[in-house]
Amino acid sequence: MSEPAARAGPERDARAPAGAPPRLAVRKTCKLFIGGAFPRSESGRSYPVRAARTGELLAYAAQASRKDARDAVVAARAAFAAWSAATAYNRGQVLYRVAEMIEGRAGQLAEDLAHGEGASGAAARRAVGAVVDRWVWYAGWPDKIAQVAGSANQVAGPFLNLSVPEPAGVVAVVAPGDSSLLGLVSVLAPVIAAGNAAVVVASEARPLPAITLAEALATADVPPGVVNILTGRTAELAPVLAAHFGVDGIDITGVPAPDRAGLERLAAGNVKRVLCAEEDWAAVPGLRRLLAFLEIKTVWHPAGL
Amino acid sequence: MATNGPPAGSAGEPGRGSSPAPREDVPAAGAGWEYAPAPESRQVVSIAPEYGLFIGGRWTPGEDGTFATVNPATEETLARVAEAGPADVDRAVAAARDAYERVWGPMPGAERAKYLYRIARILQERSREFAVLESLDNGKPIRESRDVDVPLAAAHFFYHAGWADKLGHAGFGPDPRPLGVAGQIIPWNFPLLMAAWKLAPALAAGNTCVLKPAETTPLTALLLAQVCEQADLPPGVVNVVTGAAAAGAALAAHPGVDKVAFTGSTQVGKEIAAALAGTGRRLTLELGGKAANIVFDDAPIDAAIEGIVNGIFFNQGHVCCAGSRLLVQESAEQEVVERLRRRLATLRLGDPLDKNTDVGAINSREQLDKIASLAAAGEAEGAQRWSPPCRLPPRGYWFAPTVFTGVSQSHRIAREEIFGPVLSVLTFRTPAEAVAKANNTPYGLSAGIWTEKGSRILWMAQRLRAGVVWANTYNRFDPASPFGGYRESGFGREGGRHGLAAYLDV
Repeated sequence: MSEPAARAGPERDARAPAGAPPRLAVRKTCKLFIGGAFPRSESGRSYPVRAARTGELLAYAAQASRKDARDAVVAARAAFAAWSAATAYNRGQVLYRVAEMIEGRAGQLAEDLAHGEGASGAAARRAVGAVVDRWVWYAGWPDKIAQVAGSANQVAGPFLNLSVPEPAGVVAVVAPGDSSLLGLVSVLAPVIAAGNAAVVVASEARPLPAITLAEALATADVPPGVVNILTGRTAELAPVLAAHFGVDGIDITGVPAPDRAGLERLAAGNVKRVLCAEEDWAAVPGLRRLLAFLEIKTVWHPAGL
Repeated sequence: MATNGPPAGSAGEPGRGSSPAPREDVPAAGAGWEYAPAPESRQVVSIAPEYGLFIGGRWTPGEDGTFATVNPATEETLARVAEAGPADVDRAVAAARDAYERVWGPMPGAERAKYLYRIARILQERSREFAVLESLDNGKPIRESRDVDVPLAAAHFFYHAGWADKLGHAGFGPDPRPLGVAGQIIPWNFPLLMAAWKLAPALAAGNTCVLKPAETTPLTALLLAQVCEQADLPPGVVNVVTGAAAAGAALAAHPGVDKVAFTGSTQVGKEIAAALAGTGRRLTLELGGKAANIVFDDAPIDAAIEGIVNGIFFNQGHVCCAGSRLLVQESAEQEVVERLRRRLATLRLGDPLDKNTDVGAINSREQLDKIASLAAAGEAEGAQRWSPPCRLPPRGYWFAPTVFTGVSQSHRIAREEIFGPVLSVLTFRTPAEAVAKANNTPYGLSAGIWTEKGSRILWMAQRLRAGVVWANTYNRFDPASPFGGYRESGFGREGGRHGLAAYLDV
């Protein structure tokens, strides 16, 4: 096994005295993102992440355990009340702030993509640009979705009757395995834009963009626990989330097709909302993912003197 | 509590359910005089001795023989009905597929609309027939079947008829497509109305249907099939297969069905969701509930009492959105409970066909046993049981309206859906406590709020995790109003623009 990360090798600092040894860069420890903190897996496990093209060792990612997944659900559950009750304007501001933070980390994300997915430098930078634009697109939705998805209903009687969308609660998201950043953002952003709290299982083989994204989220005023990101084995983590009674919905698009039916059976245990919808991640998203984890609440009140 | 005379033809085996001794401390309103019986004539409806399955526009026998459907108020057999087997379900799905591909799918929406308008009109014209048949087969008071079930069923067809040629304006893109064949399984509490809730949107959207009515209440669905014939609905567009759980399971799991819609218990809903796992077939579920009806101390008290009664004793409490948990503010508990008891003493239980009857029969012996067992658990766990003085008819399935006070959240009667005329009274002090207790359930179908303070209504309505919130009213339904639950009360909506999504490829 080769040494991790040629990405951050020794380099010469021009200000260093002549003859001094090259400065040794500080490497990042890849950890989970739970409740706004960056813990290692409670299991102590990690797994090697390799470059798509060369097989070179890029880093060791934390291999989340079932306990970590349950902790993430607890964190998401705790965060949901305040996040869903925040004004839609405020949620939009926070999502826009996420776009700003990603733009600032564009270089690192492009590097993650170039190594992890084997994309060329230019393609990786374009992909990060698309990711920023996607956050901006979703940042505009929180204060508009109720006008599009809600309704005033003309019932046959003296009543005011309104239907409004509300977030379903805690949503588990198994991110796409191949599109490790644009795919991830395309499934995550609509979930939290709708006001849900998310527990994400990052791409198993390509988790580094998700880890960098977590750092952007942590500095973007996203309240702790609204997004939790697990790295590790999808086959180990997804069933825990699909069966968890504290999870209200699950997006299994990122799960390999043969494993989806088993997860759907587990999800039936508490009548979870299940989404499985593959898309061209580069295309402009429709409303499907935004609506998938919204409930419609209808309120009646008599009109009279 | 007054008792309407025993239904015609009743004799023999004693009725079951609770029959508490009359209470001296509760004034029995109207005790000084009696209502004369005012039965609706059952001559208006002719019930055949035996019914087949309605498949491909023809009435055919079922492969598994027949079963009896009984009048729960008298236990008399009303008719024998075909038991559909797997081969029958196959035939019905094939007929629906054929009609979808050849006739109903290609038909312009404006033409589909006219068929649905026709059905709505025939339902209105034959409304008394449907009302009497519903009360006979289900046990619900004629006042409810006549004034609620049948008019709403007609309204559902009328409302959705208008959507059939306007789907491009419903917010699902310019030309939303139907899904294909819908398998629809409905419960016994509102047999005709649930059939209308299922069929009308599915047909308007361009799907064809295989409908499986509940085992104990098949007759109005079969009469509705006759109405489809009368309306010249093309053969196979609506198929009705009667039977028990096995027929429903066969329909839900049938690979030729593109969409399954189920209304019924949460347990069966979970089984259907698990059976459909991995198939990619669409599913909507409308399941159980344990709704909180929340009464604040500033509530309009007379309206609130009516709302509580309507919330839990409407349709004998056989309502998924029934207000089965009364959350009353502590400072108002005594007054609310006293007034509630006085009001319950005036309810009239008895012959469902009697126009003065408020509380009809429990739909089946099985359901009566379930209610009785949960009520017994309420007593065993320490809650105080009360029913108005009440004579139950000697034959049929009856259960007196029952109120439990001193109920805690851990009691089974506060957690489990009873689906009967049993109210659990709990108390709270602050609005936040009311919200916490109301949401402390895996269900999330409906909730009620009673207060004169507008801002509090909105504050509560935002926080109650339920698909329908009734403020200063309860148990209101309308085809334009989306209905459906959060959490284990199911997913998808029925009614309104939102209900169309369940039958379109969106």
